[in-house]
Amino acid sequence: MIEFRNVSKTYETGNRALRNITLRIKDGEFVFVVGRSGSGKSTLMKLITRELKATEGSLIVNGKDLNTLRPRDIPRYRRGLGVIFQDFRLLNDRNVYENIAFAQRVIGASAGKIRENVPKILRLTGLSAKYKNMPNQLSGGEQQRVAIARALINQPSVILADEPTGNLDEKNSEEIMNLLYEINAMGTTVIVITHSREIVEASGKRVVVMNKGRIVSDSGKQAAGGEAETVPWEYDYGEGMK
Amino acid sequence: MSTFLYCLKSGLLNLKKNLLFSVASTATIAACIFLFCLFFSVFANVRSIAYQAENTIGISVFFNQGVSMEEKDAFRDDIIAHGGVKEINYKSAEEAWEGFKEDYFGDNADELAAAFADDNPLAESDSYEIFMNDISEQQAEVDYIRSFEIVREVNYANSVVDSLNKLNQVIVIVSLAMIGILFAISVFLISNTINLAAHFRKRENEIMKLIGATNGMIRAPFVVEGSFIGLVGTIVPIGLMYGIYRHAETYISEKLILSDSFNSLKDIISLIPFREIMPVMLGVGAVLGVGMGFIVSFITISKHLKV
Repeated sequence: MIEFRNVSKTYETGNRALRNITLRIKDGEFVFVVGRSGSGKSTLMKLITRELKATEGSLIVNGKDLNTLRPRDIPRYRRGLGVIFQDFRLLNDRNVYENIAFAQRVIGASAGKIRENVPKILRLTGLSAKYKNMPNQLSGGEQQRVAIARALINQPSVILADEPTGNLDEKNSEEIMNLLYEINAMGTTVIVITHSREIVEASGKRVVVMNKGRIVSDSGKQAAGGEAETVPWEYDYGEGMK
Repeated sequence: MSTFLYCLKSGLLNLKKNLLFSVASTATIAACIFLFCLFFSVFANVRSIAYQAENTIGISVFFNQGVSMEEKDAFRDDIIAHGGVKEINYKSAEEAWEGFKEDYFGDNADELAAAFADDNPLAESDSYEIFMNDISEQQAEVDYIRSFEIVREVNYANSVVDSLNKLNQVIVIVSLAMIGILFAISVFLISNTINLAAHFRKRENEIMKLIGATNGMIRAPFVVEGSFIGLVGTIVPIGLMYGIYRHAETYISEKLILSDSFNSLKDIISLIPFREIMPVMLGVGAVLGVGMGFIVSFITISKHLKV
């Protein structure tokens, strides 16, 4: 469970990125977060990964209040999250196997555990045949699969994907989204930030729309019979909308 | 084990990626530690020579004209009763003259000494030679001896030892200044090397943080890198110092000590065996080199850990 309670975030520069956000994401949910640039989507993500700390309100993830989380407890907390980026962020000097194993090595997993887990994830993400390839020998879609495999290897309860299809063509985007739906179907909470209207509309999943640091629409809230503001799609998605 | 090997491997890979800076850092630490070893060995040997000089030369006590043998014997008994004396030997005027002839007239001693056949130039130069148990009490003993009215002159190794001690002071000041400068340069270079390595691994570190790696895990490869630079920077100069020292030992024992011109220095000039000074060099070198590498890399990488 991820719960934002009246969360605001103001940067040191005075920029108020989030204003009084209240949002609840249940375990196993799939949520799209959309909004134009500067709407506060990335800040929302960074609060969940605890790269940033809320200036007001409280954020509870898996029962932990991130505002009171001690710095030395942050690494352990982050092991429960899997993060995926638009630019994949792979280590270009290591092959597919090593990129995935890396995520286990850095949390101190044993060599035996790594040998056992990596092939399973390679199979799940359809990369078994490419495990020796270097990132520059892979297509964009395959590179994103590696990033997803790396995010999954430590069995997180939440996957956060920031524009996972932003650098991919339509076919690869569809494959990656299908993989994320599959992961969600296995019980993992998935939060995807995207600009892709097609993906969001085709999914039928919950959509949270942000604008100027506020949640202006939440289909989940509407579905639950709650009060929600509705604004036109064009306004919500901004100029970057595909 | 897997984590340890990962950190070790990553640290060594950092060194390879940063080869130029790593070599520069290692060379500076090596120079710093080599200078320390060099100055320390000179310092330790000068101190040892001073100590040997004090022990070998002892205190020579000469008496006023006309002092009787009984008075001299009473003086000896008093000195022994005063305590702290290891050995006290009487040297008659004749023995002093024989020793002088041997030292200064060489092969032609009898011929040259013939001119003084009936007139010992060192008459009234009979003396006591006193050796102390603890050389640090020598000055107090000299002051005590001088309090006797029958004593004309007291010679001891003070001037030699003073000069050697002054030389040692200069060695300490010069070495500390040079080591200090090199130390500062080493800190700067190691810090730069680690900063550069952190720059190369920026993406990796960011990913590690988001995956849930602890600061210790992120820091470890850099600390391995810094410590390795320090380790090599310690081993190389100590190895070099070993070679130089062995050559110096051989040179002094074969060329200087065996030469007749330095015969009188035989008992005084001898180098401390390398195995005796090596533990200090190794200990200080390890603390300076590995310790500096460890601490500087540890501190430098800390500022890159904020993700």
